[in-house]
Amino acid sequence: MNPSLTQNPPVATSFFFYGIAAIMIIGGILVITRKNAVHSALALITTLLAQAALYLMLYAPFVAGVQIILYAGGIMVLFLFVIMLIAIERNMKERQFNKQWLIGIVAAGALGGLFIAVYTTVTRTASGSKTIFPLGSSSYAEGQNTQGIAALLFSQQAGTYMFAFEIASLLLLVAIIGAVVMAKKRI
Amino acid sequence: MHDLIQYIQSYLGSDKTPGVAGNFFWATVYVLLVFVGLSVAVIAMNWLERKILAHMQVRLGPMRVGPHGLLQPIADALKLLLKEDIIPDGADKVVFWIAPFIVVLAAFTVFVVVPFGPTHAITDMNIGILFMLGVSSLSVLGIVTAGWASNSHYPLIGALRSSAQMVSYEVAMGLAVVSAILMTSLNATNTGTLSMIGIVEAQKDQQVWFLFKFFPLGIIAFVIFAIAMVAETNRAPFDLPEAESELTAGFHTEYSGFRWSLFFLAEYSAMIAVSSIAVTLWLGGWLRPFPNLLQGATADLVFSLIPGVTFLFLGAICFYNTARMPKHPLFRIQTIGLAGFGAVLALIGLVLFVPVVRLWVSDIFWFSAKVAVFMYLYIWYRGTFPRYRFDQLMKVGWKVLLPTGLALLILTAMVGMRAELIAQVKEALHL
Repeated sequence: MNPSLTQNPPVATSFFFYGIAAIMIIGGILVITRKNAVHSALALITTLLAQAALYLMLYAPFVAGVQIILYAGGIMVLFLFVIMLIAIERNMKERQFNKQWLIGIVAAGALGGLFIAVYTTVTRTASGSKTIFPLGSSSYAEGQNTQGIAALLFSQQAGTYMFAFEIASLLLLVAIIGAVVMAKKRI
Repeated sequence: MHDLIQYIQSYLGSDKTPGVAGNFFWATVYVLLVFVGLSVAVIAMNWLERKILAHMQVRLGPMRVGPHGLLQPIADALKLLLKEDIIPDGADKVVFWIAPFIVVLAAFTVFVVVPFGPTHAITDMNIGILFMLGVSSLSVLGIVTAGWASNSHYPLIGALRSSAQMVSYEVAMGLAVVSAILMTSLNATNTGTLSMIGIVEAQKDQQVWFLFKFFPLGIIAFVIFAIAMVAETNRAPFDLPEAESELTAGFHTEYSGFRWSLFFLAEYSAMIAVSSIAVTLWLGGWLRPFPNLLQGATADLVFSLIPGVTFLFLGAICFYNTARMPKHPLFRIQTIGLAGFGAVLALIGLVLFVPVVRLWVSDIFWFSAKVAVFMYLYIWYRGTFPRYRFDQLMKVGWKVLLPTGLALLILTAMVGMRAELIAQVKEALHL
């Protein structure tokens, strides 16, 4: 009997990774090159969904589910809601401009350098084999992912991330208040 | 070849779903079965909705195509496929083309985790309910893009209404779902689950449907969900996105032919999907009524005979109406057709009495029967309630359902943890 048929096939193959990464990059490029804001938003949704697929490959189904609900299903709907009310015809005729390209290039270069640095160090430590994923990652129990996150957040022994999590949500609140203050001159 | 047969046979007798067992062959078979079953259910719903609404309004409904209009859905489908496919001149063609597919994909993908039985699901996920809520929330993207891409006023207004409605009711829906998930953690290990199969098994272990757990908290959560799920699927009385009297047909005004039928398909399969969530979370999923109270061989036998009896009863109704058909020669073919339909139903009923089939089908039958109750309720709502005004809709969503859901969540957590709470209060008061 062929043993490869009965065993669970690995999910995190590099074949899938390259496909999903290509979708993400193409989506990202489309977001900044489309003149039509709705097309940009749809490309951004594609990118976010591909990102959820990447989380799945990293054996983090809970994060993937939250990514779909919050970003693709919640925030992007509000984006589209606002964009659709703007008259798009005028934006289509205007020439696109970008005055921050220098800073943009510096930031993109720094981020790319960081990624390359991470990639090279990971492949060096992972017992010599050329793999993007460190070998330890596949040992996480996929079936206990949600329970694991809950233990990290809430349990009294290991609940060390609760404070950081709440602080991050406070940051979002500050951003929302800032947007309201900027949008409304008189509150 | 021998390997292949062994591979196919290796899954039989397994107590896992094909997705969890990692068996590609049976996973594909289950996907096809679910797809076919859904399509048949949507066709049946099309006929039933028109018939039931008609009878509620003291009309006959479709009577011409086939006996009692039984072939009407097939005639409708043929008409839709043959109709001219119109794309408006000013429409955004690519987005207009994609929108119906987003809606259909979102509506059908959720059935990957719907548990028709302990082994009768395509797969079981650790994040099952989260996956269902997430993917079904993507359908609003399709509706919004459809309305915008049509480049027309009515569809745009319909899409805006729809997105506002779905985003606001998702919050209340989520709170109700969380309170049910909290109940799953009341076991020896204090570990809850998001897996759809796990939720039903928690109800089996606790020997109560979550509808009746912590009375009346479970019922309140269920009612919040039942209201929010009607709003989520844009059905009457929350059908403002497609209010005929105001917006002609709402977000799909400019769609015709096949693309329109995709929206239709998606709407009905989304209704079945949210009903399955409600059945799984509060009504015990595939469990038959009283699995613990009425135990034993006799009760098992009686309950396992019900599917066959149901189909025999439906066949008997067909035969009764065959006898009542007009005796005019023009109705001869229709009379024979109705008798044939009754014979098919009776034959299905007889097959369901075979012990092996009985064992296989009973959980699927109970799940489908519970979902069917919700589908009837959808039609009943449509026949009974007038449409909400938009401000009333927002008021119900944000000012009634949301605060109730929040209070409910806190109360459920407190009741679930009452032993620890009492202990802590006693300790604080030095008792």
